[in-house]
Amino acid sequence: MPEAPPDDRAALHVENVDVTYGRALSALRSVSLTVPPGGVVALLGANGAGKTTLLRAVSGTLRLHRGAITAGSIRYGSTALDGRDPVRAVRAGVVQVPEGRRVFAALTVEENLRTGGLGLGRRRPAQVQEARDRVFTLFPRLAERPRQAAGLLSGGEQQMLAIGRALMAAPRLLLLDEPSLGLAPLMVDRIAEVVREINTQGTAVLLVEQNAGMALSLADHAHVLEVGETRLAGPAAELARTDAVRRLYLGESADGQEAA
Amino acid sequence: MTSLFGDLLDGLALGAVYALVALGFVVVFKASGVINFAQGSLLLFGGYLTAVLHDDLGFAGALAAAVLATALLAGALDRLLFGRGDPDPRTAHVQTIVTIGVDILLLTDLSRRIGGDLLSLGDPWGDSVARIGSVTVADSRLAAIAVSAVAIGAVFALFRYSGWGLSLRAAAEDQEAAALMGVRLGRVRTLAWCLAGALAALAAVFLAAFPAPGLERTTGQIAFKAFPAAILGGMTSPPGALAGSLLIGLTEALVAAHQAELHVLGEGFGDVVPYAVMVLVLLVRPTGLFGAKGAARV
Repeated sequence: MPEAPPDDRAALHVENVDVTYGRALSALRSVSLTVPPGGVVALLGANGAGKTTLLRAVSGTLRLHRGAITAGSIRYGSTALDGRDPVRAVRAGVVQVPEGRRVFAALTVEENLRTGGLGLGRRRPAQVQEARDRVFTLFPRLAERPRQAAGLLSGGEQQMLAIGRALMAAPRLLLLDEPSLGLAPLMVDRIAEVVREINTQGTAVLLVEQNAGMALSLADHAHVLEVGETRLAGPAAELARTDAVRRLYLGESADGQEAA
Repeated sequence: MTSLFGDLLDGLALGAVYALVALGFVVVFKASGVINFAQGSLLLFGGYLTAVLHDDLGFAGALAAAVLATALLAGALDRLLFGRGDPDPRTAHVQTIVTIGVDILLLTDLSRRIGGDLLSLGDPWGDSVARIGSVTVADSRLAAIAVSAVAIGAVFALFRYSGWGLSLRAAAEDQEAAALMGVRLGRVRTLAWCLAGALAALAAVFLAAFPAPGLERTTGQIAFKAFPAAILGGMTSPPGALAGSLLIGLTEALVAAHQAELHVLGEGFGDVVPYAVMVLVLLVRPTGLFGAKGAARV
């Protein structure tokens, strides 16, 4: 199987994708989006709109949920992603941080970070060290407690570990599923800063969020999904001004605080 | 009159061999959620191969071939049960029942081949004994302790440091998160089964060596004494399996040595002891010795 090396100028193209679970339940219908190299794209929508399904289709974990891409195509650079092989996505440079953090609780912080490189096979120690240094620079809190069981970290620290674990694979495109879920407002701000920093270092981000204020403040482009279909799409700043988004996702009263 | 030290050495040897089998139960369960009831017949398969090959290949060669062949057979069994698909914890009971069927098939064929014979495995220790102070110990028991210690140490190191071990521990905790990191779940699982097969073939040697009379068709059943050991340890914990095995081996040896004083409990109580210990421990710690350990915070 030809494995193209991670391509710095690769873009993610999702074209007219349909996803069906168990051959019957249609979760996505003709969804398209593009994440340009180095860009940040936000994916908004209510529970059940299909945001996580889209990420699964890109990262290749649909099969674990008995789902499949039934139409359309997903490409990252020259690599075709069929929704069924996570290793292929990781090797192409696309890594997902799952919703709800999902760190390996009984493993130490150090071991959790090691799992992040497992998809790449054998790597030179220098490469691993470089990835680890980058993670520890971003998250000094993790560097302080490498031998602690991940399950004993606070929620925010676990989110940092989940992101750090994904960064260990040196992704060119990071898929983030609800990174602000269940975190205190201060920690949400911290995570937003981190996402911005990761992006500044050259990694593209596809950000799924219910916290639309945070997502729109980070993203260049945004898409709004509704029951499996694209409802709205456009530049994030424009979307943030549309009535529908303001009413549905930003909330009139919380607008000022959330967009901060 | 046996000495306590001698009994302890016996128990340690027995426990070390049980640990080889119990670790097989644990890695397979951890990797696939399946309780492998075919472990006993895999053990017998490994022992049988060593027995028929040692004339031609010598003991070491025969053992190496048997370990390899049993690992491959266990790996093939894994592929038979799961194909190339990912393990699904929700349907693991189906595969568990299939292993019972596979066990019956394997055991029937091996019993037919072995018949009523006692096969020698051609091990180099024979019935020689060593003296430690005033105690005589069979060389085969000392070898069992030494070889098992090395094998168990290797398994622990694999678990802790190798990419396979890390993948296995991560996948046992959260399959999807492990898959997202690029862990090949199927490959990790198949290798776990291979390891269990290799350990079973190794254990067969010491279960058939002196003071046992040789390999017979019932040797595989001894594997099931390692089963309570694995359960005792919590089923997913290698150190737990080791602790459980040693506990059961020592108890069994001590009971056997003091059979006369324990005759109120009936003859052959030694055979029942593993299960009695398991029940007693589970009464106090329902999740096993190491089962409840694990840090979690929601």
